[in-house]
Amino acid sequence: MEIVLALAIGVLIASGVWLLFRPRTFQVIIGLSLIAYGVNLFIFSAGGLRSGAPPVVDPARTDPSLYADPLPQALVLTAIVINFAMTALFLVVLLASRGLTGTDHVDGQEPDQ
Amino acid sequence: MSALSAHLVIAPIVLPLAAAALVVMIEQRALRVALSCAAMLGLLLLSFTLLIGAANADTALVYRLGDWPAPFAIVLVLDRLSAMMVALAATLAMATLIFSLARWDQAGPRFHALFLLLLAGLNGAFLTGDLFNLFVFFEVLLAASYGLVLHGSGAPRVKAGLHYIAVNLAASSLFLIGVTVIYGITGTLNMADLAARVPTLGGDQRALFEVGCAVLGVAFLIKAGAWPLGFWLPPTYSAASAPAAAMFAIMTKVGVYAIIRATSLFFGPDAGQIGAIANPILLTGGVLTIAFSVIGLLAARSFSRVAGFSVLTSSGAVLAVMGAGGQQALSGALYYMVSSTLAVGAFFLLIELLNRARGTTAPPIGAPVFDDEYRDPYEDGAPSEEVGVIIPAAIALISGGFIMCALLLAGLPPLSGFIGKFAMMKGLLEEQAAFAWALVALLTLSSFAALAALLRLGVEAIWASAEATIPRVRGVEFAAIAGLLLACVVLTTHGEWVFIFTDGTVDWLARSQDYVSSVLPEASPPPQGPPS
Repeated sequence: MEIVLALAIGVLIASGVWLLFRPRTFQVIIGLSLIAYGVNLFIFSAGGLRSGAPPVVDPARTDPSLYADPLPQALVLTAIVINFAMTALFLVVLLASRGLTGTDHVDGQEPDQ
Repeated sequence: MSALSAHLVIAPIVLPLAAAALVVMIEQRALRVALSCAAMLGLLLLSFTLLIGAANADTALVYRLGDWPAPFAIVLVLDRLSAMMVALAATLAMATLIFSLARWDQAGPRFHALFLLLLAGLNGAFLTGDLFNLFVFFEVLLAASYGLVLHGSGAPRVKAGLHYIAVNLAASSLFLIGVTVIYGITGTLNMADLAARVPTLGGDQRALFEVGCAVLGVAFLIKAGAWPLGFWLPPTYSAASAPAAAMFAIMTKVGVYAIIRATSLFFGPDAGQIGAIANPILLTGGVLTIAFSVIGLLAARSFSRVAGFSVLTSSGAVLAVMGAGGQQALSGALYYMVSSTLAVGAFFLLIELLNRARGTTAPPIGAPVFDDEYRDPYEDGAPSEEVGVIIPAAIALISGGFIMCALLLAGLPPLSGFIGKFAMMKGLLEEQAAFAWALVALLTLSSFAALAALLRLGVEAIWASAEATIPRVRGVEFAAIAGLLLACVVLTTHGEWVFIFTDGTVDWLARSQDYVSSVLPEASPPPQGPPS
């Protein structure tokens, strides 16, 4: 399980970083989203990976070691919400830039050929 | 009384947040202005009440949200450093808000709401005692700053804003990675609890913790504009509208504040070798930032670039002095940070007037992108409700303000810029800090570069231009700049009080165990790692 998760995080962040360095605004926003997904998975993994362990208190289980760490799950929820809002905001700026400059290059002008 | 005053700690966050929520719903401009000015005035009075309280107390005031015990829930911590930063933000914001009433708050529909949200985020970032909560408040202030950097619209602003947002989103991801690594190792996000647990980490855990701190440090240094992470700063700041740029002068200081807070808590005297790794990096980064800003200042061809690079100089100086070490020098650096933030803020506002005097309002308010109420009250020719006062002595006042700003930014006597730089140099030399003489030489060089850049541009703009027109300047714009400059004069004349305060602050920062014991009153049991 650890290997799969580590590979997933690595692939997401590596693809995101590559896209972030591309010259088109759409590539940048997809890159930032991929990085955010990778980071969210990373936060989720911070409490330790366990299967079958609920984070929410169940009266039938009294032993605390049977529970997963709920804090990273709360953190990841916050991070997802914030990232969603920021992506939406960035999308608006991206459209404004496209409308004002007529190009989707990140510098607002095409590089000289 | 005591029950009420205990809640004052959270008021600097709640007051602007509530006011921003109300301002969004108000249609009439007069009401909007009245509400946000009232909130701002309240915040200013509040922040100085808290500052005086913090100056007289030798402990931190801890506010437990929901009254949950400290390591399990978020706490707000008001100590000398955070009280100083909150008061500095409020002073700068008051002047900026007054300045913006003349023109800029009408250029876009949501100026007041964004401005108040920015303050809520700033105050939250200064007051929080929890790492993840720090991230949340960073995002609040960044979201508001994205709106403010685009305020007024236009292609240059949208282009600079696009870069600014992309850089900061990437930095936020780094911030989250750093926080997660630290949580995974220590099992806590409460800064005081972290400070207590760091010395108990051993071997592998310590190495991973250092990695987490390093990633977190990169995120903070991006915000602080340290070289080589600060290339986004001068273009963004010079493209932003005057009030937004003036407020951004304190946003780099949030990064500096976070670094001061984290190093004093995590890398304190008990932490061993972590401090030995962090300090040379801060010193090198700070020195390179100053060097970069010197080159930038000498190459700058417009006032707004000079102001942008001055922001870098002040961040770089504080970082370098922190890295070099020494309590007296750090006390001088805190004084310098307050003085230079106010001076750069005043200068950003003054640039607007200087450009108006030269007949160039660059960059202008752009055509509306969205079907909304964007407009420039000076350009659409419509008579405004408030009659613009044409001050006959406008040029003289602008020139006077410019000379004061130049003295402050270059660090020449008699104003507070000189005192701040002198205190840093004196501290460095007396305490024989690392590379003290080199740093003193570099600080002198940066003064010289600022002076050369400002003299060249100032002579060209004020004395050499033949077709200078008398600009339309409103009284509030002068009042705002005069207020900021007056604050710098007060810093000069009452420098002794300020130094007593900053000396106490540095002394307090060195006693991280007192911070820990005020947040966690009862001795915490031996720390356990997270379940693995």
